[in-house]
Amino acid sequence: MSRTWRTFRLSVKSLLLHPLRSALTVLGIFIGVCGVIWLLAIGEGIGRAAEDQIADLGARNIIVRTVKPNNDEATDSGYGLTRADYERLRDTIPTIEPGGALPIRIITEEFRNRTRAKEGRLVGCTPQYADVTRLQVAEGRFLTAADAAEERNYCVLSAENAQELFPLGTPIGQELMIGEDFYTVVGVMKPRAASAGIGGSYAAEDFSGDVYIPIETFWRRIGDMIIITKPGSFQRDISEVTQVTLQVADRDMVLPTRDLVINTIAPYHTLEDFRVTAPLELLQQAQTTRLMFMLFLGLIAAVSLVVGGIGIMNIMLATVTERTREIGIRRALGAKRRDITQQFLSEAVVLSVVGGLLGVLGGLMCRPITALARNRLEAWFPEQMSTLPELVRNVEPLLVPWSFPLAFAISAVVGVLFGVYPAIRAARLDPIEALRHE
Amino acid sequence: MQLAASIRELRKDYVLSGETVHALRGVSFDVPEGDYISIMGPSGSGKSTLLNLLGCLDRPTAGNFLLGPDDVARMTDDQLAETRATRIGFVFQSYNLLPALTVVENIEVPLYYSGRLTRESQQKCIELAELVGLGDRLDHRPMQLSGGQQQRVAIARSLVNDPRFMLADEPTGNLDSSTTEEILDLLARLNDEGRTIILVTHENEVAARTCRTIWLRDGEIMTDERK
Ligand SMILES: Nc1ncnc2c1ncn2[C@@H]1O[C@H](COP(=O)(O)OP(=O)(O)OP(=O)(O)O)[C@@H](O)[C@H]1O
Ligand SMILES: [Mg+2]
Repeated sequence: MSRTWRTFRLSVKSLLLHPLRSALTVLGIFIGVCGVIWLLAIGEGIGRAAEDQIADLGARNIIVRTVKPNNDEATDSGYGLTRADYERLRDTIPTIEPGGALPIRIITEEFRNRTRAKEGRLVGCTPQYADVTRLQVAEGRFLTAADAAEERNYCVLSAENAQELFPLGTPIGQELMIGEDFYTVVGVMKPRAASAGIGGSYAAEDFSGDVYIPIETFWRRIGDMIIITKPGSFQRDISEVTQVTLQVADRDMVLPTRDLVINTIAPYHTLEDFRVTAPLELLQQAQTTRLMFMLFLGLIAAVSLVVGGIGIMNIMLATVTERTREIGIRRALGAKRRDITQQFLSEAVVLSVVGGLLGVLGGLMCRPITALARNRLEAWFPEQMSTLPELVRNVEPLLVPWSFPLAFAISAVVGVLFGVYPAIRAARLDPIEALRHE
Repeated sequence: MQLAASIRELRKDYVLSGETVHALRGVSFDVPEGDYISIMGPSGSGKSTLLNLLGCLDRPTAGNFLLGPDDVARMTDDQLAETRATRIGFVFQSYNLLPALTVVENIEVPLYYSGRLTRESQQKCIELAELVGLGDRLDHRPMQLSGGQQQRVAIARSLVNDPRFMLADEPTGNLDSSTTEEILDLLARLNDEGRTIILVTHENEVAARTCRTIWLRDGEIMTDERK
């Protein structure tokens, strides 16, 4: 029978003399270890989701977008990106892929099929739009170069629009009324989840209510001026291009190209009516944000472990006082200081390691428990849940493999760290004094 | 004759809130191997203090204590612990059993610290329990035993490392006369086996069973007589 094994058995025996007290101490460490694993998993899950979404926006893209200036009067004569801007970008920036400058014009419009009407985004775009936004065709086809060249009155519907405007049978070949004109439906897209905005630079882009037409058709049929009717007033809004997406050939050139883009069009704008963003930049931001997030969560977990450790220390100090007589007896029977230190230290370590093991088990339960919790919360508090950011609401925790050994090691270290002082105090007791204690 | 222990001018002072209590004021005597000594004296005369020093539980303020050939005053804390574990059997007046352990486990404790715990040691502990007449109480806890039975467990425990030198502080102090007789018979047997025994007592009947009686008063030896 080895010495370590004996010490271990003795510790377990002593701890089992106070099962409730030991269990509560273990609970502290359990929560700490579980916390480390859970928080890291949730942080990883959120971080990954954010990265995925940014990658969705296209890491090689640069997005030049019209923003409405604060000054209302200026908008009367039109604002934002112009067709000239688009052509200038397309023709002068060398790092853009051939055919990689895509103008888009978006307005809110009403779509009608006989008596059915629905409001949604009317998107004037190029044939590449579907690829860039990763929209997939469900039925029919997307817009083609020929559609654009001939400025055809063709349109493609989102899945939701197809469902609501043409509930009976296929919409392909049917006529859809947009504004004053009829458009022939040539395709229907698959549904796509809205991509969330990151850090306020991107509004969440919702594709569910879209109708796509060639941008050339848009410019010809609808033009630049639209009337926005608000209750009690209406307003002109003149703008040529809502957004130009630039696809850079080489990822390393994205950031220099962004600066070049700004310098190219800035001289033609006196108003602050455009903004240039590069998802790649957000990707880098998101990576640092995620790192900070994990550090922060790790810190919280560390604090809970320290609190758990203080719990252990507290219990062990109480135990030492309570068991002074036992210490005296053992010393009188020949226990060295080292024996007493080992005994109390090993009790602390057993407590923390048991907490650590349970914590690891609890950590493994992270995914099912999060799923269950989300399920319950959505059943009980639907409104509050719907106000949470998508990223948080739909988080899928990703267990970080190294968090397990880490959490476990931390728990053992906490046991040693917070067990040492009580153990040394126990060993320092003078045998005679300890025996006299009652 | 070989000496089990030799005590010279042993002093022990306690400092209590600035006041010094001289518990022992220069005690000297020799203990031959196999001797059976009783220490008597009024309360507070320093009997327990002396026995604790002999049991290597405490260090003297001054003086020499040779245990066999070894100078106890020069021992480190670890060496003292090892001496307690391997060479001395100590029986306390208040038994000092561990309440959470059974009779056999209590007897076993000193083996942990002498490094003599083996696969067979449990058997040895059972035999010792039988020797002190507790063969049918092996799995009882101290609380479930009478005072006399507890004292016998304590004696069995003091024997587990087979010490040559046994010390007992009022081993029969709390016991009735028939139990006292049994304990004394047991100690006499152990002495017959050649063990050196020193016990502290208040009772003349107990002292009468020993070979030699040392009288203490105010920390000094009054008389030291061998029968
Ligand atoms: N730890 C201590 N601190 C201070 N004084 C002590 C301590 N231990 C003993 N004394 C003092 O030393 C003296 C001797 O005490 P000791 O316990 O040796 O007496 P004793 O002869 O065993 O008495 P009794 O027969 O009552 O057990 C007493 O005056 C006591 O007050
Ligand atoms: Mg006494």
